[in-house]
Amino acid sequence: MTLKKFAVTFALGSIALLSAGARVSTAQSHVNSPDPLLGTPSVATETSQVNGLTGHAEEGKHEYRRFCIGCHGPDGNGQGMNAQWIDPQPRDFTEATFKCRSTPTGTLPTDEDLFNAITRGFVTTNMPSWRPLNPQQRADLVAFIKTWSPRWAKEKPGAVLNIPPETAITIESILHGRELFQKLECWKCHGPEGHADGPSASTLTDSKGNPIKPFNFSTGERFMCGDSNRDLYRIFMTGLDGSPMPSFADVIQPNDAWDLVHFLRTLQVALPNQELTLWQSYKAAHGKDLKPIGPDSAGGAQ
Amino acid sequence: MTTKFREGANPMNTKWSRWKTIWTCAFLLIAIVLCDARAASALPTGKVMAIPAFARKYGLPCSACHTAWPELNNFGQVFRDNGYQLMNDRDSPIWQNPAYFPITFRITPNWHRETTTNQALDSGNGTLTQAGFDLSGMDLWSAGTLYKNISFVLLPSSDPTAVWHFEAAFIRFDNLKGSPWLNLRFGRFEMDNLISEKRFLFLSANGGLYQIYHFNVPGSINNFGYGDNQIGVELAGHSANSYTRYSVAVLSSNEGGVNFTTDVVPGAPPSNRSYDVNLAFSQAFNAPGAPGESGFGLERIGAFAYIGQRPTNFLTEGGTPLVGINNKPFYRIGFAGDLSYKNFELLPLFMYGHDNPYFGIPGLASTQPLPPGAQAPTFYGGFLEAHYYFNPQNVALARFEQVNVGQQAFSNITTGSGSNGNITAVTVGYRWYPIMFSRAGVALDGEFSRVRTIGEQPLGGISSGPVAADPTAATWSNSIFFGIDFDF
Repeated sequence: MTLKKFAVTFALGSIALLSAGARVSTAQSHVNSPDPLLGTPSVATETSQVNGLTGHAEEGKHEYRRFCIGCHGPDGNGQGMNAQWIDPQPRDFTEATFKCRSTPTGTLPTDEDLFNAITRGFVTTNMPSWRPLNPQQRADLVAFIKTWSPRWAKEKPGAVLNIPPETAITIESILHGRELFQKLECWKCHGPEGHADGPSASTLTDSKGNPIKPFNFSTGERFMCGDSNRDLYRIFMTGLDGSPMPSFADVIQPNDAWDLVHFLRTLQVALPNQELTLWQSYKAAHGKDLKPIGPDSAGGAQ
Repeated sequence: MTTKFREGANPMNTKWSRWKTIWTCAFLLIAIVLCDARAASALPTGKVMAIPAFARKYGLPCSACHTAWPELNNFGQVFRDNGYQLMNDRDSPIWQNPAYFPITFRITPNWHRETTTNQALDSGNGTLTQAGFDLSGMDLWSAGTLYKNISFVLLPSSDPTAVWHFEAAFIRFDNLKGSPWLNLRFGRFEMDNLISEKRFLFLSANGGLYQIYHFNVPGSINNFGYGDNQIGVELAGHSANSYTRYSVAVLSSNEGGVNFTTDVVPGAPPSNRSYDVNLAFSQAFNAPGAPGESGFGLERIGAFAYIGQRPTNFLTEGGTPLVGINNKPFYRIGFAGDLSYKNFELLPLFMYGHDNPYFGIPGLASTQPLPPGAQAPTFYGGFLEAHYYFNPQNVALARFEQVNVGQQAFSNITTGSGSNGNITAVTVGYRWYPIMFSRAGVALDGEFSRVRTIGEQPLGGISSGPVAADPTAATWSNSIFFGIDFDF
C-alpha cells in the first residue's frame, strides 16, 4: 500500500466512523428517547434561562448522565448507586423541593437559583462545585433537572425575594438580633452559642424522615447557600425547604432580619468578621450584664 | 527497538496465519457483543457509571472526571490541579473512613497480533508476525491528600513480566498562600502536557504511544522523550476553573532516571549533573453556538518548550562511564489543542525538535571541533487525534501521525534516503465501558494501528533488531489489539 492510498483510506474510514457516530448520537438526543441508563422524565422537555443563556434539556440529559447520575440516580429521585454512602442524601428532583432559593418557601426556585447551586456546590456535602463545567453546560443541566417533576409544567417559580440594602453594623443591631435569636427560638436547634446543640437538635429530620443536623456556627464551616450577609439574610427569609429550617419572612421585618444576620455572624467564632470584633469588645465590657440565651431568658441585656 | 518476538525456523504459513487471525478476531468480537452487551445493560448496577480511588472517596462516577477514563475532562483537570481536592470541607483524609485506602490497580489482559515487514531474519529478509493472548503492564496507583492542600502520587508500575519501577512519585503543596496560582510539586511526574500520553485511550503496541513524544533523529545520542516522566520540581498554577494554566519545571537532565542514571531500571547509563527546564501554558475558552442553541463546548489551546542538555562524553574509570560531562543543549517546542464540538473532540499537536550538532556524532566530545559537514539534527511533525463520544460509555478513536526528519547530523549520513527516520502512523479504535461504577471500571478496547517508517524500526510493535533489513525501503508495522482494560 502506498502512503497516498494509506492516507486516503484512513481519512475515509475516520469520516465514516465519525459520521456513523453522529447519526447514533442524534438519534439518542431527544430527552424522551429510550436510554437504558435513564428513567423517563415527568416533563417532555424543558428549557432554562440563565444570564442570557438558554439551557436545553436534551443537552442537559447527556451532562446529567455523565456527572450526576451516580448520586441523584437514573430516575432523578436521589437514589443513585452512591446514595446509600452519602450523608446528607442527594436531592430528590422528583419532588422539586430545593433548599437554596431566592423564592418564598413552598414555591419553585428560579432557574438562576438552580444554576447558582450547581455552580457553588454544597461545601458540607458530597455535592462539589461544578464551576469547571461551562455556563452553557450548567444551564442545560438546569433545564434537564426540571424534567424530573411535573410541578415544573404546572407551576411558575415564586417571586424573587427583595433584599433591601444592609443596615449599619452596630452593637445595637447585634443586641437586637440577639433578642430575636431568643424570641424566635433559633437556639432550640442551633444552641445558645450556635454549637448546633439546642434541645431540639437531636430530634430533627428532613422531609424524607432522615436525621438532619442544624448548622453549627462555631466550626468555621461555610453556609451551604452562599457566604455573604445577603446570602444569610436570604436563607432565613426563604427557609431551607425540605429541612426543618423555616422561613421567617412573615414573622420579621427586613431591618430585624439584618439585625439577626449581624448577631449570627458573632456566633462564627472561627471566622474573623466585623460583627464578631465589635461583639467581642462589647462583651469584654458588658458581658456580665448579658442574660444567657435559653429557656426563660429575654435574650438581651438585663 | 530490541527483539521481542522472533519467527522460528519453521515459519508459519502466511495464508493459514491470516485465517487464524480473522477467526480469532471474529470470535472475540462475537463473544464481546453476545455476552457483554446484553449482560452489561442488564446489570442491576449498570445504570450508573470511575479512578476508583477518588471515585470511592467522593462517590462520583468516573465519567465525572473523565471524558473516557483515563483521559480527563475539565472537571477532572480542576480536581487534579487542586491537588486531588474538590475544595469542599471534606478533602482532608481525616474525613475518610479509616478503612479507606486510596489505591487503584489497572491491567489489561489482551489478544494482539503484530506484524512488521522488512525484517532481517535468518531465513531471509521478510515479514515478522506474532499473535496470541498476552498481558499488559500493571499500574498500582495510589494518590490523594496527606492533609488539606498537601497531595501525593505514588505509582509503582510493572512491565508484563512484573519488573517494577516508579513511574511517578511526588508530593505537591497546593494553593500556597491560598492561591491556586501557586502549587509546588517535587518528585517524578509527567510534565504538564496538554495532551497526556499517560492518560490517553490507546493500548496497542504501535498505537499505544505518540510517536513524536519519543522521537529522536536517527543517529542522535539524545535519549529525551517528551512523553516520558521526568524528575525534579515544578511550580504550576491555574485559574479557578483551570481555563488558564501554566507550569514551570526544573528537571534533572537525566530523562527521569533515578540513582544518577538515565532510566528507572537497573544498569541504565549514567547521567550528567545539569538541569533542564520545561515551560507549558494553555488557555481554554467556551466556543458559543448559534443564538438560542447550546455552544460547541470547551476549546483549549496551549504551547510548550523544553530546553535541555545532554552530555557529549563521560568521566570514566577503567573505561566505564561514570558521569556525563561536556554538555550541549537541545530543545523541543510546539503547540497543541483540545478542541470540541459537542460530542466530537479533536486533539492536534505540532512539535519541532532541535539537537546540538555534537549529538549526531557519537563519541565526539564537545571540547573537540566539529568535522566539516556536521549540522544540527532536527525534526518536526505531530498528530491529529479524534474522539467521538456516543455517550460516556462508548467512544470511537482515530489518530494520524507524521514525523519528518528536518535535517540529519550529516547530509550524507543516510543510506541514500533524505527521508531516513520519517514516520507515518495511523490508529483507529473503539472503547466501550460496560462498567463505570464508583468502585471499579471495565473497558473493552479494540484497535488497529499501522506504522510506516523509513530506514528505522518502528518505535512500537515487533522487530528483529535495531535496523530494518533494507534501510532504503519502507517498513510497515501493524497491530491488531483486543483487550479488557480494568481497574479497581
